Amino acid sequence: MELYKEKRPLGKIRFTVTLSVIALFLIGIVSAFSEEASYAATSGGIYAAVKKDSVKSVNAFKKVYAVLQSPRCMNCHPRGDIPLQGDDNRLHAMFPKRGADGKGILAMKCTNCHQTENTVGLKTPPGSPEWHLPAATMKMVFQGRSAHELAKQLVDPKQNGNKNLKALIAHADDGLVKWGWNPGEGRTSPPISHAEFKEAWITWLTTGAYAPKQ
Amino acid sequence: MNSIRINKKKYTVDVDSEMPLLWFLRDHVGLTGTKYGCGVAQCGACVVHLDGEAVRSCVTKMKRAIGKEVITIEGLSEHGDHPLQLAWKEVDVPQCGYCHAGQIMSAAVLLRERPDPTDQDIDDAMTGNICRCGTYSRIRKAIHHAAELQKQKG
Repeated sequence: MELYKEKRPLGKIRFTVTLSVIALFLIGIVSAFSEEASYAATSGGIYAAVKKDSVKSVNAFKKVYAVLQSPRCMNCHPRGDIPLQGDDNRLHAMFPKRGADGKGILAMKCTNCHQTENTVGLKTPPGSPEWHLPAATMKMVFQGRSAHELAKQLVDPKQNGNKNLKALIAHADDGLVKWGWNPGEGRTSPPISHAEFKEAWITWLTTGAYAPKQ
Repeated sequence: MNSIRINKKKYTVDVDSEMPLLWFLRDHVGLTGTKYGCGVAQCGACVVHLDGEAVRSCVTKMKRAIGKEVITIEGLSEHGDHPLQLAWKEVDVPQCGYCHAGQIMSAAVLLRERPDPTDQDIDDAMTGNICRCGTYSRIRKAIHHAAELQKQKG
């Protein structure tokens, strides 16, 4: 009995230690995602009706990021006010400028050359209805943005044209976005299909739009 | 039947809707002032105004132009006296002259939107018009002069 009495406190200590280790482990996991978690928590109403899952979200964004960094997407989301062209993201020949509405300026409007469909042949202007860059008030730069920076930018209403979750999801089916998968001769498409992209995009948004770590 | 207005005159369009506007202007209407340069919207020799915008007629298909208003170099002014045309003569801008219909049509949009253009405005507007003879400095001078003439004309 004495021996038994002596063992019970020892058992309590072991139980307490075990609980503490588990707690510390959980705290470790949480803190590993603390940046993403705090970001998700501070991003406002866009996350209504979202089932948060940081791991799933960050994994989905890897696919999204690969697409957004592909030439078909990045070329119209340049760092400056001149669009890019080609698979090597070089500055657009003739250096046309964005303009306030993103549709060019003066005698150099985008649709002066870009038609509503791709012009046939190599080295000819690609086309889609409403060919344009983002407006000057919402440049939505992809060029040079890390995955972390781009994820934060995409869901920031101040930088994304005040788009909410619904509008962001709908943007995956925008005509100019979908043109990326019908780019015409001599231009590579994004690394995954549009369907895969759309799935990853929606998954990322509806699991909390977590930004990968810096 | 489809129609198009070119230099304030109505034309019936009975050609393939995929035909470039440039072909229609030159081969069907006989307006040969607009030139074929590169055929891929890279040089600006074929610029005309389509509802007031300086489009490249070599890549603009008839299906886009039908029902719209087209102005070519022949229709820029009634008597060849648009301020740009006068300035072009006065400054003696062209060398071979091949690109200049396109140059003037682009410059006309510039002057309409920026009546008193800066050098930067001219660079921004004219950067898509190539001149193999390199008359760029005279083009700039003539555009500034045309802006003055336009002001005097009121």
